[in-house]
Amino acid sequence: MSEKFDCIVVGAGPAGISCAYELAKAGVNVLLIERGEYPGSKNVMGGVLYRKMMEDVIPEFWKEAPLERPIVEQRFMMMDKESAITVGYKGMEWGQEPYNNFTVLRAKFDQWFASKAVEQGALLVNETVVLECIVEDGKVVGVRTDRPDGDLYADVVVLADGVNSLLAKSLGFHKEFRPDEVALATMEIIKLDKKTIEDRFNLEPNQGTTIELFGDATKGILGTGFLYTNKDTLSLGVGTLLSGLIKHKIKPYELLEYVKNHPMIRPYITGGEPVEYLAHMIPEGGYKSMPKVAGDGVLVVGDAAQLVNAIHREGSNLAMKSGQFAAEAVLLAKERGDYSEAALNHYKTKLMSSFVGQDMKKYKDSTHHFDKFPQYFDKYIPMANKAMSQMFTVDGTSKWDKQKKIWRDVGTAREKMKLARDAYRAWKVMK
Amino acid sequence: MLHIVACIKQVPDTKIIKMNPKTNTMDRASAPAILNPYDAHAVEEAVRLKKRYGGTVSVLTMGPPPAVKAIKKCIEIGADEGYMISDRAFAGADTLATSYALTKAIEKISKIKSVDLIICGKMTIDGDTGQVGPGIARRLDMPPLTSVNKVKEINVEEGYAVVHRKLEDGYEVIQSTMPCLMSVEKEINEVPYSSMTNMLKAVRYQPIIWAVADLEDVERTQLGLKGSPTIVSKVWAPAKPSGGEMLEGDVSQQTEQLLNILLEKKELFAVKGGDGS
Repeated sequence: MSEKFDCIVVGAGPAGISCAYELAKAGVNVLLIERGEYPGSKNVMGGVLYRKMMEDVIPEFWKEAPLERPIVEQRFMMMDKESAITVGYKGMEWGQEPYNNFTVLRAKFDQWFASKAVEQGALLVNETVVLECIVEDGKVVGVRTDRPDGDLYADVVVLADGVNSLLAKSLGFHKEFRPDEVALATMEIIKLDKKTIEDRFNLEPNQGTTIELFGDATKGILGTGFLYTNKDTLSLGVGTLLSGLIKHKIKPYELLEYVKNHPMIRPYITGGEPVEYLAHMIPEGGYKSMPKVAGDGVLVVGDAAQLVNAIHREGSNLAMKSGQFAAEAVLLAKERGDYSEAALNHYKTKLMSSFVGQDMKKYKDSTHHFDKFPQYFDKYIPMANKAMSQMFTVDGTSKWDKQKKIWRDVGTAREKMKLARDAYRAWKVMK
Repeated sequence: MLHIVACIKQVPDTKIIKMNPKTNTMDRASAPAILNPYDAHAVEEAVRLKKRYGGTVSVLTMGPPPAVKAIKKCIEIGADEGYMISDRAFAGADTLATSYALTKAIEKISKIKSVDLIICGKMTIDGDTGQVGPGIARRLDMPPLTSVNKVKEINVEEGYAVVHRKLEDGYEVIQSTMPCLMSVEKEINEVPYSSMTNMLKAVRYQPIIWAVADLEDVERTQLGLKGSPTIVSKVWAPAKPSGGEMLEGDVSQQTEQLLNILLEKKELFAVKGGDGS
């Protein structure tokens, strides 16, 4: 006999767990299905967890969640081959409650988060793959898993199955993603003792730093790198659009090796022992790549709905928020006994009018723009590095002459015009 | 109706565990806790016998509270009921004290429902002794059938079981009275991918947990560290073999090279105490 639930959530990541948590808390009979051995075992992110959206689900979670370090400093490094321009902000207000954000290791964090949903009454089944949605009369009525007698039914199915969402695809909600809509990130967790980390990053005990890497970190390919401090490990990774890797014929692990050996990065990780190697896709197509997010008996949340703000490296927070909105829509649908697309569209309305939808819209052209005009990464960042080097090298040349030379180095009048135009364009897609 | 008790243990996954080079102890945090792989086969065999002859399968474990996870794994495989004995007094038990504690629990289970058969895995992957099963059999005065790789027949009415025991050069067929205890080899069966019904049953399942006080006629001196005469004099991680030589080329070239090496090193074939001819 196949069981019927009020709601089945597919995928135990931030979106799926948030949704299951809220539903279970409201007394809904919810089943959370995870393909990995445990939640988090297959989940990857650079490692920044935003406090606000997590707190919206579990108040004061930092008191018991397995977090690495609260982040007190965020740096941005514009890298050339042997140089970097660094800007950043460090503030002690981020080092105390309620904090701003944290570094986390997903294998630990997601497991804990899921256990909280289970405490609320959600049922969690691991090591189970959902093969497809069961559709009857155009309505999603359940899921087919890969287990014997594996059909399960529900009033509504929430797809939180991640970036490649094969389930949403099989429902025709989106097409196969193009290589310029997804990034591939590879990262290493590098073990280093606490004290060394704190010394190298100029940190008080149990405070953390994030460094975002631009330019030569990805060999000028559109993408970013990152170096984050955990308790006794560092997370170092690079992510670039698939299209960039294909175009430059670079393998993702070669890029990671390159950044590990970069003179701006190497001193941070020297003596560290790589203990884990991870890779994952990131949906970076933005607003224009978003699939249909609500249908008859089905909702799509998190990465599956392409909810990533690549410019601000946000994703898990958008995922959590979408999970919450989905739960809200399910509760409303349950109250009315109506799980049609029209009823569930409440989710879409809430999502798109919130900061999630607003930010998706704000940056709707950014990835595409920077992908189309690679000069930002492969030309202007090296140019800026050179300018800084010239300006701050004291060699008896007057500062006026230096400025003239820097301006001359930009190139012909035409190239100067181009620079101005590119600056304007960049401002336009980011404004 | 056949009532089978499968004894199981949660163990650190020794395939990936790291040894602390200073203290020479296992760094348990470095490896996830899993159901002892041999025990999965024991539970699976119990479930198969249940399907063949009807009856119930109970699993029993001794361990700290997180070991509930191992019991849930057994429910996924198809066990009906799970019992766990958990108490600080059990801590530090060797195989003698473990078999004593498990025996006391089995006696209690028998009062709920009489036990016809006990199945254990061949051994645990963290202790590698294979002593607990026979220890339980001895205490319960049951025939211990070790190295079982096939259960040919069980006859509850007439009270006998026929099994194949694995030997170095084949197997032997033996018949035993019941109740009896079997410890089983891995090749006795393959543990299939669990059904969704069992998965759902497992996530909802809460085992019956007993402390020492819940058991009857327990002599506390026989429990835990106190009841364990085993002394571990030294633990060390065996050094990984180093050096060696890689032979290259196709199979016939490699065979030839290997043969030449072996012929040069005649000492490898010298029989101790023999004349070597």
